[in-house]
Amino acid sequence: MTASDKILLAHGGGGRLTDELIHSVILPAFDNRTLNKLTDAAEIPAGKDNICFTTDGYVVKPLFFSGGDIGKLAVCGTINDLAVSGAKPAALSLSLIIEEGLEISVLKKILASAAKAAKEENISIVCGDTKVVEAGCADKIFINTSGVGFKLPRADVGFEKISAGDKIIVSGTIGDHGMTIMSQREGMKFETEMKSDCGSVAQICAKAIEALGGEIKFMRDPTRGGLAATLNEIVSQADYGIDIYEENIPVNPTVRAAADMLGFDILNIANEGKVVIVVSEKNAEKCLEICKSCENGKNAAVIGEIVKSDEPLVELVTMIKGRRIVQMPYGRELPRIC
Amino acid sequence: MLDRINRAYKQIARAQDALGRKINIMEVCGTHTVSVFRAGLREAFPEGMKLLSGPGCPVCITDQGYIDAVLSLAERDDCLIATYGDMIRVPGRKGSLEKKTDRGNIKIVLSAEDALSLAKQNPGKKIVFVAIGFETTAPATAVVVREAVQQNIKNIFIFSNHKLVVPAMTALLSDKNNKIDAFMCPGHVSVIIGSDAYKPVVENFKKPCVVAGFEPMQIIEAISEICRQLAEGTPAVDSVYPAAVTPQGNKTAQRIIDETFDAVDGCWRGLGKIPKSTLKLKEQFSDFDAEKQLGELFVHEKDLTGCQCGEVLCGLIDPPDCKLFAKSCMPDTPVGPCMVSSEGACAAWYKYARRKRRTQ
Repeated sequence: MTASDKILLAHGGGGRLTDELIHSVILPAFDNRTLNKLTDAAEIPAGKDNICFTTDGYVVKPLFFSGGDIGKLAVCGTINDLAVSGAKPAALSLSLIIEEGLEISVLKKILASAAKAAKEENISIVCGDTKVVEAGCADKIFINTSGVGFKLPRADVGFEKISAGDKIIVSGTIGDHGMTIMSQREGMKFETEMKSDCGSVAQICAKAIEALGGEIKFMRDPTRGGLAATLNEIVSQADYGIDIYEENIPVNPTVRAAADMLGFDILNIANEGKVVIVVSEKNAEKCLEICKSCENGKNAAVIGEIVKSDEPLVELVTMIKGRRIVQMPYGRELPRIC
Repeated sequence: MLDRINRAYKQIARAQDALGRKINIMEVCGTHTVSVFRAGLREAFPEGMKLLSGPGCPVCITDQGYIDAVLSLAERDDCLIATYGDMIRVPGRKGSLEKKTDRGNIKIVLSAEDALSLAKQNPGKKIVFVAIGFETTAPATAVVVREAVQQNIKNIFIFSNHKLVVPAMTALLSDKNNKIDAFMCPGHVSVIIGSDAYKPVVENFKKPCVVAGFEPMQIIEAISEICRQLAEGTPAVDSVYPAAVTPQGNKTAQRIIDETFDAVDGCWRGLGKIPKSTLKLKEQFSDFDAEKQLGELFVHEKDLTGCQCGEVLCGLIDPPDCKLFAKSCMPDTPVGPCMVSSEGACAAWYKYARRKRRTQ
C-alpha cells in the first residue's frame, strides 16, 4: 500500500497506483460482479444480444497534438474499449466540462474532429451534456464519452481463455502517442516528426473475431501504462508468465530516441491506436495477416508468447539475448536528469 | 554483435585467470545501471564478473537533510519549487515532494533554464531551483545564474547540491574494504570533464577507468577493454565513447563551473563527507544562494536506521542483501533513495531482476 492519504498524479497513470486505488477505494464502493471483472467494457445480457457498455474520461494536454486532438481521442478511445471487448460499437455519448474562457473556435474545432472520427467509424454521438466551470477549476476542457455496442456473435474473449503457448500480437509501433504528447509538452524538436497513433482499432478487432472466433483469446488497447501495464494485467492473476522479444517489438526510431533521451522505458509509454491480441498458437500467423491487411495494422508483429512459469512475470528477452523483468509501471514516468 | 559479446567473454575469462577470482567492475553512472538491467546484461554475462552500481545517481546520493530542507521550502507560500522529475519521489523524513504537489507550488522542470522562465512568469514568488546532479547539469545551473544577473532577475534562488564524480571515486577506493577492480566511467559526465579527469584515479590506485556510452554494445566494449587491462596488468584511462568524449572535455563548460561555484566538502548519502566534492555558489553570487537568502540551511542527517543504501552505493553489498529490500523497502514505499530513483541500484534490481538468474 502506498502511504499516501491524498490523490497523487501517479494515481491516474495507469500503473500500480491506479490499480491500488481501484481495488482499495473504488471497487468496494460499488461492489458488483460485472464491475469487479474490470473489463474494458461491461457485458449486459439483453435478450438474444449481449450489450457492451463502457465509459472513459479524457483530459489530455495539449488539446491539439500531432496526429490528433482531444475530440478524436475521446471518440476513438471509447470505440477501442468496445472493440477490444469483442463488440461492434453502436452509439456514443459525449459530455463536456469546459473551463470558463475557452475560445468557442477551439471548442468547434474539437467537436468537428470528434464528429469526423465518429463518422469514419459509422457511429453516431446520440446524447451528451455540457457544464462550464469557473476559470482555474478545469484545464480548458475535459471530455467524457460513453459507448454501447453489440457483442459480435463469434466473440469469446477474456483473461480466463488464455493458456500457455498462446501468442501475443501487437498491431503496430508502440509508444507513439505518449512520446508525441511528452515531446510536444516539453517543446522538444526532432528531425523526424513524431505522430500520435490516436485512432480506432475496431476494424482489426472485428476482422480478427469474424475470422478466428474463440481462437482470439483476449484483446486490450494498451493505453496508459503502455504495453508493460497491459501484459502485467494479463499475468496478474494467472499461473503462467509472458515472454516477449525485444527484437520483435515494433518501435518508431524517433520515438525510441525520444524515450532514450528522457530515460523512459518505451514499454511503459501510452498508445492510443493499438491493440494487443492474445491468439492461439496455430492461428497466430493468420491473425497477423489480418492485422497487416488493415490500414493501421501494417506494422503488426508477433512479439511473444504465454509461457509456463512458476512466477507470473512478464519477461523481456533483450537484443543481446539477456533477460529482464517487465514490471507494472508505477504510474508516472519522470524524465531523468543526466 | 555476437562476435563482440564473445570477445568480451574471452577477456573476462582472461581477467579472472589473471586475478584468480571474480572481477568487480563498478559502473559509476545511474544511467549505466539502468542500461545494464534493461539490456539484460547481468544475466548475459558469466557469473565470474560482477557489475557494482556506484554512487552515480544524483538522486541516490542526495543527503536526507537536503530533501527535508526542500520540503520545508515547499511548505512556504512565498516559494515555488522547480525540480527535476526524479527528485519528486525521494523520501525525506517528512515525506516526499510528490506528497506535497497538491498545493500547486512544485513544478517539474527539464532544465535549469525552465526554472528561470518560471521566475519571469511568477515575479511575486521566490523560485527555488533544486540544483542537483553531477558535472552534467552544473553548467546549465551556472548559465542560469549568469542570465539572472544579466537580466536583473532577483527571484530565482539556487539550492545547490551539485556533486563531482572524481572525488567520490577517490573516496570509494580509499576505503580499505572496497571491492572495486575497475570503473566504467559515466558517458555524459565525461563529455564535460574529459577522460583525462580520471588519470589521478589510475595513477594513484592502479585501477582501469574506461568511459562508455549507454548503448548495450558500448557497455560490452567497455567491459571487454577493462578486462583486457586487468588481464595484462596495464590499468589506463580509455574511452569507447570517442564520438562524444574527448580527453580534455568541454573547456567552456568547465570554465563556467569554475567561475560560478566553489568545490567544498559535502555529504553524500551512504558515503558521508567527501572533501571538495560538492559545488556551492561563489560569494559573488550569494544573492541567488537559496541557503543564504531563504534561511533554510540543510543540515546533514544520519541515514535511516536499517537502510543499507550506503553499502549498496559502495559496492559492498547487492541490493537483495539489504535486510529491507523488497520487504519494508519497495518502489512504492521506498526507505532508501536507491529504491526510489529510477536510476537507483535497488529500484533497477527490483524492477528488472527480482528473481534468481535463469539461463536461456
